[in-house]
Order: sequence, then structure tokens, then C-alpha cells
Amino acid sequence: MDAVAIPYTWVLALSAVLFAIGTMGVLLRRNGIAIFLSLEIMLNSANLAFAAFAFRFASDHATAAAALDGQLFIFFVIAVAAAEAAVGLALFILLQRRKGSIDVDRANILRW
Amino acid sequence: MVSIVFLVAAAIAVISALFVVVPRNPTTNLLSLVVMFFAMAAIFAILGMDFLAAIQIIVYSGAILVLFLFVIMLLNIRRVEAFGSGRPIQALLGTLVAAGIGGIVLVIAGLLLPVAGGVLPGAVDLGTAIPIGRALMSTHLFAFEFITLLLVAAIVGAFYLGKREEE
Repeated sequence: MDAVAIPYTWVLALSAVLFAIGTMGVLLRRNGIAIFLSLEIMLNSANLAFAAFAFRFASDHATAAAALDGQLFIFFVIAVAAAEAAVGLALFILLQRRKGSIDVDRANILRW
Repeated sequence: MVSIVFLVAAAIAVISALFVVVPRNPTTNLLSLVVMFFAMAAIFAILGMDFLAAIQIIVYSGAILVLFLFVIMLLNIRRVEAFGSGRPIQALLGTLVAAGIGGIVLVIAGLLLPVAGGVLPGAVDLGTAIPIGRALMSTHLFAFEFITLLLVAAIVGAFYLGKREEE
């Protein structure tokens, strides 16, 4: 195997690009589901940043424990994303029932 | 070889992420997100994180996205508003903010570039379920139990919110 090392900054750059795309989706879409999916992209790009640094620290036996912690953080982020998806989707079902649409601009009672 | 696989997976991830954000059909967005999750799982596998690659596919593509699909079908959403159809100033500011955030992270990545060239995938065998499970059950036991509590709270909350209220 001609092992060519991947610079971990490539992973970090991919994470940045994905985060920007996700931010764009959250800011520019008004449909609740689309905003939620963009949010999932942002969570995944954060995971990728954790993975990049875990990858970087895994190269060195002295810092290998930090690499393990990075992976555990990704695990926890995935678990929190699952909880967040369940509650958020329940909220959107409620919004649809109340307003007849999941356009987030319709939920404006708390707006002044 | 490995870097080519990484670049292909990265390109797939970015393109499918754009397909999540831009098209109007929510089902298209959702299925592109599945493609993106598979590309992410490939990247995790390249980085030597086997357990996370499996979790990514099982939990994200298997569970969370099915939940999304259920809601899209349940609410019967066909076509929604176009991408960036709000006020032009809103679209402009949104794009600027997103580009700014991406640019900041890219600059940070660029500053870090000379620090380390990178490592070979799988240099240290830390990505399998054994070390992760051991750490979860010892060092991070409190956080692990707390996550279970959070999931129970989320289930109860979702059940309460989804309940049909009697008039």
C-alpha cells in the first residue's frame, strides 16, 4: 500500500466548507424541515472538526488519550443530535397543526 | 491512493450538502443528506475511526433520517419556498455571514498548516469499539449516563408535544 498521509488540515477545510453551507441553509431557508437538515450538516461539520483533531493527535502515542476523547465527543454529538431531531420534529408537527404550515415565519407570536 | 479516496468523499460531501440546502423539494434535500452522511462515514473510516463510521450510518442514516422522512410524509410537504426567496437584504446578509464563518475556519486551518504534515490512517488503533467502549464505561461514565437521561427526556418531550390536545 503506497500510504500517502492525508494532512489533517484537509479535513478541517472540508469541515469549514460544510459549516458554511449549513449556515447558509439555516439563514436562507424558511421551511422548518430544510432548516433542520441544514442544522444536521452543521453538526456533522463540527464532528468532522473533532475527527480532524483526533486524527492529528492519534499520530503520537503521548497524546493518544486526547484522540480517544475526540471520538467520544463525536459519539455524544450524534446522541444529542438524535434527541434534538426527535424534539424538533415534534415541534414542527405541532406548528403544522396550529398554523397549517411549517414556514418558520408563521411562528411569530413572540415577535414584537 | 488514500488521499484520492478522501478527496472523492469530500467532493461528494460538499456537492450533496449543496443539494440539501438549495433544491425546493424536501425529499430531495433529505436523500442528499443521506448521501452526505455516507460520504462522512467514508471519511471517518479513512481516518481510522471504524466505530464512528458504523455509528454514523446506523444512527444517522438509519434512525434520524427515517424520522425526518416520516415527518415529511406525515405533513405531506411537497414543494416549499425557493432558496433565498426572502428579502434580498436577508439573502445577502445570510450569504455574507456564511462565507465569513467558513472563511474564518479556513484561515485558522491555514494557520495550523505548518504545524503537522499529517499522519498515516490507522497509525494508532483507537477507532474500534473496544477502546471507545472501555472509555465510555470508565472515564466518561457520567457523561454516558447523562446522555441516556437526555434521550429519555427527549422521548418524553416529543411524546408530550406530539400528543393531540383535547379541546
